[in-house]
This record gives sequence, structure tokens and C-alpha cells, in this order.
Amino acid sequence: MLKVEETQPVEFSSALLAKFDEVVKRYPEGRQKSALLPLLHLVQEAYGWTSVPAMDKVAEYLNIQPIEVYEVASFYTMYFLEPKGKYVLEVCRTGPCCLVGAEKIMSHIEQKLGVKEGEVTADGLFSWRGVECLAACGFGPVLQIGPEYTFYENLTEQSVDQLIDDLKNKDLRQ
Amino acid sequence: MGRKLLLEHINVPGINTLEVYRQKGGYRAVEKALKTLTPDEIVEEVKKSGLRGRGGAGFPTGMKWSFLAKPEGVPRYLVCNADESEPGTFKDRYLMTHIPHALIEGMIVSSFALGANTSYIYVRGEMMPQIRILERAIAEAKAAGFLGKNILGTGYDLELYVQPGGGAYICGEETALLESLEGKRGNPRIKPPFPAIAGLYGCPTVVNNVESIAAVVPIVNDGGDEYAKIGIGRSTGTKLISASGNLVKPGVYEIELGLPVEEFIYSDEYCGGIANGKRLKATVAGGSSVPILPANLTLRYANGEPRLMSYESLSEGGFATGTMLGSGGFIAFDEDQCIVRNTWNFSRFYHHESCGQCSPCREGTGWLEKILHKIEFGHGTMDDIDLLWDVQRKIEGNTICPLGDAASWPVASAIRHFRDEFEWHVKEPMKSQSTNYGLANYANPIEKAPEEVKSQN
Repeated sequence: MLKVEETQPVEFSSALLAKFDEVVKRYPEGRQKSALLPLLHLVQEAYGWTSVPAMDKVAEYLNIQPIEVYEVASFYTMYFLEPKGKYVLEVCRTGPCCLVGAEKIMSHIEQKLGVKEGEVTADGLFSWRGVECLAACGFGPVLQIGPEYTFYENLTEQSVDQLIDDLKNKDLRQ
Repeated sequence: MGRKLLLEHINVPGINTLEVYRQKGGYRAVEKALKTLTPDEIVEEVKKSGLRGRGGAGFPTGMKWSFLAKPEGVPRYLVCNADESEPGTFKDRYLMTHIPHALIEGMIVSSFALGANTSYIYVRGEMMPQIRILERAIAEAKAAGFLGKNILGTGYDLELYVQPGGGAYICGEETALLESLEGKRGNPRIKPPFPAIAGLYGCPTVVNNVESIAAVVPIVNDGGDEYAKIGIGRSTGTKLISASGNLVKPGVYEIELGLPVEEFIYSDEYCGGIANGKRLKATVAGGSSVPILPANLTLRYANGEPRLMSYESLSEGGFATGTMLGSGGFIAFDEDQCIVRNTWNFSRFYHHESCGQCSPCREGTGWLEKILHKIEFGHGTMDDIDLLWDVQRKIEGNTICPLGDAASWPVASAIRHFRDEFEWHVKEPMKSQSTNYGLANYANPIEKAPEEVKSQN
């Protein structure tokens, strides 16, 4: 669902716009709409999610209708239509990973973070959710964390604890 | 040891760099193709090689290339399908991570053969690290003169770009991929027209899987006839198999097509057998969309002859007793795995990934998921099993793209081969919550089946 109550206008930084310009060059003249998916990734990387005002700006930049952006952002699972934790742990929940214990890992994460799937921890640091096959079936269970989408493979309850603690410490140092 | 054409140098330190890749003979195919062969000659070599699409459908690549329309003054495109998302499949991620230049080299040679001057590699969005790796490799290749204007002084121009997806399984379907590359929702197109006539931006387009394109490199280097000598029958060459599930050594293996399935599962050169000393219950041989088979039919045909890893051998017996090679996503289930739970899991996947365009798939996949959930969690009836069969029959063949079939087949085959396990869930709703059924009655050996089920039969 789109969060339309979010009405604060967004101004993209010149650095972000420069990245947009680079992406648009990849396509033939008049086919700039092809840049939509990469641009939304850049927006999410910069803001942590894709808000309606940000999507409106993307539409303006690409010279397309806002609805063309909304329908794309809501179709693909990678775009967050509401704010998430700083670190979103996305755990593969599909067959092959479940054969090697993905369900146990998910309930462990739920317990460790103390929030349900999709919710944000009180400190704003973490969210988690189950996602479909991440194409790492031989190294399951796996999870990924955006915006770099680093993979963590062959997960155990201990390695998940370690990962979460490391991320907390990393955040304290920043 | 089987011959390795794609992964031969996988363990060489630095093989992800252009320098080391070239030391190992990389980019010879570009030199040979651009300087000594015509585009038609390359297409001919690929036809002779018998290479079949490695993404799952197994359509002959050379034939696909020969369908490409070539109207005057209209650009043609080559698009690489790196939207690898079929559950059980992770070979393309592996190849792109470790030997990105194999794909770049294949893209250059293939683009030249097809007359494309702009080509795209559509990578699933979750593979951001691989996208960075490919972009770095492209920059290296460009700096070395293998990409850009007037490549190696031959007058051929090629720009190669990496496009990220947004997280949608359906974009692995080639027309959905093209829609997505045009910046739209990934809704598959009605065919015809096929992409070879009207693809990206309405222009003639070829869409090929990562592994298919990488395989063009050895085909150009050694010739199509040499490639066709490897393998068995119409299954020529080598194939990357992604092995996952309850195996001692899961991972990506390059096999010569025709390897016995038993050797693949149990030999130390490949998967090393079933993990933790358990027994094999079932396999899904080619990614989640292909029919699941019990252990006995995995290893042998119904008539007892050994089954091989090839397009034809895995399909032997049709859907009654066979399956498909598909994308080569080989998932092994040990004796403790629950077929009902896994089928429910796969159905949830297809429901989640249905684009919603065709009602049989949009509604039907939801029904499949719900009925399977009901059975798995102890609320099913015998009629539900028949209803499940009925629903999957009504999806199969009634949709624009093959996702409908892909959602139906796992359910149909699970009921076909493991109906006793579904019935056990209905008859023993409480027990099925705490224990598993064990090896199916159809699988060998059957001593593990619970006593009460045996007495019921």
C-alpha cells in the first residue's frame, strides 16, 4: 500500500541527480523510462525507502506520469513503500532453504529482535522479513541486507546472533 | 573426471580479473569471431553445437538465433537473462561472481553474431554484489578494447550495460523481462509476436540465459562439432547443476550431460551422498517447477534402467514416472522431509510470484496455497486432495506464460507420487504436526513407513 499521507516534498541532491543522468544514458533516445527500476534503487539507497513524494520526483525527472512509478514500485518486492529499520534482514523462506533450517532461523530472529515480520525495532535499527528464493540454495539458510545486498550464508543461530551484535556495534561507532 | 568448459579455471586466484582470465585463454573467442568469422558462421557453429537454452526450457539456442528478424535500419538487441530466481537454481550467480568475464566474452561474441550494437544483462536486483562485479568487468573489457567503438579495429561497435531488476520471479520469463527492462511491471506479453520479431522497444531481440551465453565461448573456440561430441544424444555439452537440500556437498557442479543420476548424487566427485547418513526420499531435478520424483524413480526408470542427467533421460516416462532437466536446480530431500510441507512452500512461492494477469494463475495459485496449508496444518479432508488436483488441472495450460504450469506441476507430481503422505496428514492430523511420515511407500525401501499406514494399505 502506498503511504500517501507523506506529503513533505523531496529535493534530490545533485550527487543523486548526477547518478540518474549516468543511468539514463544507457538507453536509446526517448526510452528513458527504462531507467525507472535502477532509479528507484538509487532513491531507496539514499532514503531507506521509496516515498510517494520521492516517486513523484522520479516521475518528473523521467517525464512520465506518477502512476507509472507507483505501479512499478508496488509490483516489485525490493522497493519499500514504508519506512523500515536501518538494517532489513531478509531471510530466504523458500523450499531448499527450509530443507536446511530456514524456518528455525526466522523464528530465532523474531525472538532475538523482539519484533514480528515487517515491524521495526524500537531503536529503529532492525526489521526482518521472509523473502522468496535468493538463488543461494546450496549455501542455505541465507539472508541478505540492503542496500548493498550483502549475503550471509550457511546461517546458524550463533552466526545470526553474531551478525546482529556486529551491526549494533557498527552503528554505535558511527 | 568430466570435462569442464565453463568452470575449468574457477579456482584460479584472480580469475575474476581480465588479466588472469586472459592468461587462461580468455577473449580468444572475441578475437577469433570478430577477425575470422562472419556473424552467420557463428550462428552456424552454435546450431552445430546442439546447445540448448540453459535457463530451463531447453530450446535450441542456434535455432532461436536464426529466427531473429533483420529488417533494414532497425536496431537488434541481445538481452542476457540473469534474473535467476527459480528455487533450487544458483548457478548463474556462481558463474557471474567468480568468472564474470566468461559472460562478458560470451555477450560480445553473441552480440556480434546477432548484429546487436547495444546489449543488456538483466540481473535480478538482489544480486547487487554481482551487478558491481559485472560493471567492473565491463569497464576492464572496455579499457582493453573489447567493448565500445571499433572493437579490435574491426569496425564493430558494442555497448554493454547491466540492468538491475526489482525482485520478481516472473521477470525470468523473457517477455516479462523485456517489459521490466522497459521500466514497466513484469507482466508477460502475449505471443506471438515473439521477441525475435518484436522484443525490446518493439525491435527484434534475442533473450538468452547466462549459462547459454557463456557456453558460446567454447563453441566459438573449439567449433560446434567439438562441443557436440560431449554429452549424449540431443543433450550436448556440459551443464551447470545447482545441487541443494540434504546433500553432503551442495554446490554448483559442471557435468557432462549423460552422467548417471546415481553417480551425481552419491559419488565423492559430486554431491557425496545424502547428509547425516540419511536416506534419499525424493528429488526435484530441475528447479522447483519440475515434477518431484521419489528416490526410486530418480535413480531409475520405471523399467529399472538407470536414469541419466540429460534432457531426454530425465523426461523418460513423461510426467507419469519422469521429470525434466529444467534449469538444473537439483534439490534432494532426505527421509525426514515432509512432502506436503514442501509442496505448500512451493505453492506459496508461486502464489506470491504470480503477476496477476491471468485469473487461472492469480486465483488458482492462491487456492493451491490455502488448501495445502489446510492439509499441512492438520485441517484437511480427503476431498481437499481431490480439490487440489482439480485446481491444478484448471491452471495448467490456461495462462499466458508458463508460470501457471510451473505452479501446477509440483502439486500434481506430489499427489501422483506421494498421495499416501497427503492421506496420512488427513487421517492423522495431530500426529502429522509432530512427526514426519518418513519415506514414501513408493520410495525404496519402504520399511520406514509408519505401522498404521502400512496396515491400512
